[in-house]
Amino acid sequence: MVSQLAIDVENIGFRYPGNPEVSFSQLNLQVAKGVRFGLFGPNGAGKTTLISLMTGLLSADEGHIALLGQEIGKQKSGVNKLFGFVPQDFSFYHELSPVENLEFFGAWSGLDKQTIKTRTDELLTILGLNDVRNKQVQKFSGGMKRRVNLAIGVMHDPAILFLDEPTVGVDVQTGHAIINYLLQLNKKGTTLVYTSHQLSEAEGLCEQVALIDGGKIIAQDNLDTLLKTHNQDNLEQLFLNLTGKEYRN
Amino acid sequence: MFKLKATIIKDIRILLRDKVGISLMFIMPIILVVVVTSIQNSTFQLVNKNKLSIIINNSDTGQASKQLIKAINKIGMFKASQVSGDKTEQQIAEAMHQHDAMLGIIIPSNFSAKVAAKSKSVAGKALTSFGLQGDPVKNVGDVDPLTVYYNPILQDNIRLSVQGALRSALQLVESRETLRSLYFSINEKQLPESLENEMLNNKTAINEIPVSKDGTRTTPNATQHNVPAWTIFAMFFIIMSLGGSVVREKISGSFIRLKTLPTNYFVGLLSKQITYLVVTMLQAAVIFSMGIWLFPFLGLPALNLPSDVLALIIVTVVCGWCAVSYAMCVGVFAQTQEQANGFGAVSIVILASIGGLMVPSFAMQGFFKSAANLSPMHWCLQAYYTLFLEGGKLKDVINNIIPLLIITLLLQLVTFVGLKRKNLI
Repeated sequence: MVSQLAIDVENIGFRYPGNPEVSFSQLNLQVAKGVRFGLFGPNGAGKTTLISLMTGLLSADEGHIALLGQEIGKQKSGVNKLFGFVPQDFSFYHELSPVENLEFFGAWSGLDKQTIKTRTDELLTILGLNDVRNKQVQKFSGGMKRRVNLAIGVMHDPAILFLDEPTVGVDVQTGHAIINYLLQLNKKGTTLVYTSHQLSEAEGLCEQVALIDGGKIIAQDNLDTLLKTHNQDNLEQLFLNLTGKEYRN
Repeated sequence: MFKLKATIIKDIRILLRDKVGISLMFIMPIILVVVVTSIQNSTFQLVNKNKLSIIINNSDTGQASKQLIKAINKIGMFKASQVSGDKTEQQIAEAMHQHDAMLGIIIPSNFSAKVAAKSKSVAGKALTSFGLQGDPVKNVGDVDPLTVYYNPILQDNIRLSVQGALRSALQLVESRETLRSLYFSINEKQLPESLENEMLNNKTAINEIPVSKDGTRTTPNATQHNVPAWTIFAMFFIIMSLGGSVVREKISGSFIRLKTLPTNYFVGLLSKQITYLVVTMLQAAVIFSMGIWLFPFLGLPALNLPSDVLALIIVTVVCGWCAVSYAMCVGVFAQTQEQANGFGAVSIVILASIGGLMVPSFAMQGFFKSAANLSPMHWCLQAYYTLFLEGGKLKDVINNIIPLLIITLLLQLVTFVGLKRKNLI
């Protein structure tokens, strides 16, 4: 049976080794296929931990996580082909050019030589990196590095794309271009799981959102429904209303 | 296979762009091997080829002291200059400094008289024991000692050699005097010179033949000693590039992404091992080539490769693999690049020291002699010395290769456990 869920997080529990505080207990989250899903929360709420669990970077102490019906951590090479990950940090080799990075990460994603070449040309054109395709990334601006980071994450055309603050520190133009590209990907069927602190940008991208705080999902629904239910005008107001205004560490 | 190839290409690209790493791996060992070989070659020349400068202060005017000086000159290991007159210790020190002498030998003023008296006494005793009428035996005191001043930098073994040579010269002088007295007492005429020479001069020749495992008779020189030793050092010094590379990858975001991709990180580790193993082979090829072709232009002895080239290749591959395994192990456990570089550099110097690269392991005592066996560099060096200095074959280095492989496998195992514990694989 083909799963209609892109992500199915079921009753997971997790705590970091050596840390008595429980990060998650009995946490559940379902994301349907093809949606643009936003996961938001204050600092230390557990967003990155949850994404790390969903991408297999961390293993849950209890419960199950399945991506498109395949359990994460059990069929590593199979399930890892299903998703792409764009971490917040620049996750590539700065000594290499965009082409060289894409060649390497393409091979590790299981693509053949011809597909790597085709996808590299395609992505560098779409993301405006063609002119600098053979220059070392370490000489690039922050915005260009973000685009390289994104290109590597979508190189193998994944069904699910996890994005951890993909536009942080970029100018308006680059941010706009990245969001537009993500919308195009979603139109082709890619499920987006997006996390960011730039809530106005997120409001334009996400159709479904979940707010997480203290290791718990405190709200999850269509963005419009949530705004109506809580009688708020925008995502930022909703966020402050549900998570409070005090500082978080 | 395609993934491995892509990873090796990536590693080579990164390595070629790491100019500092390449300098550390190639240029620094080249400088080191040239400098150390040049210095040690001068020492070899001093010890083996050059004569040792000495001064002789002879306060005696008799024949025995002249014979002693003649005998000292005849030994062949000294370049003697004579200074006359009674000298104080300070004056002797100044004279040694002026003549650039390592030793100053003082012959006491009554040397000849005492030697003659002692010889007569010994001859008298001998005649009495033969049942012949000799001069009445008088008890004479011992000959006053020779005093030898030496430069404190003179090595103990050289000083002992000098002492042996002086004793031999003294023995000759005393024996000559005793023989003359004996002859005169029996025949009442002087001992003929030809007979004296025949009796005293050593007629038995000593043939010195260097023996090596391959039957060649080349004497090892500073190049044969230093090139293999510093090649090993260079191989292990790849830790400065490889250890840092593992840490950089581990702490950079790229490692996070690699963990989410459908490829095991073993491919990455295998690629690094292959890439850096090739680097160690290149290091050996470059340093050996320098020894063969460049050293003669620098006035240094040329390197002679062992006759068993296959054994040389096998030993180099095993040494290289061990060096790579060590660097990877340090890289996996280090938290930062500074830790990897700092610990790496210091540990390599320590392993080189206890492994016999800086002080020969046969000269070590107690704990350090046993500790040498724990250093992979010790086994590398023993294997190379067997091939380069003793002309050994593959069968002769098996007992060095096996411990080296055991250490390498242990390092690989520790690396694997480290990766598992840190949830990196």
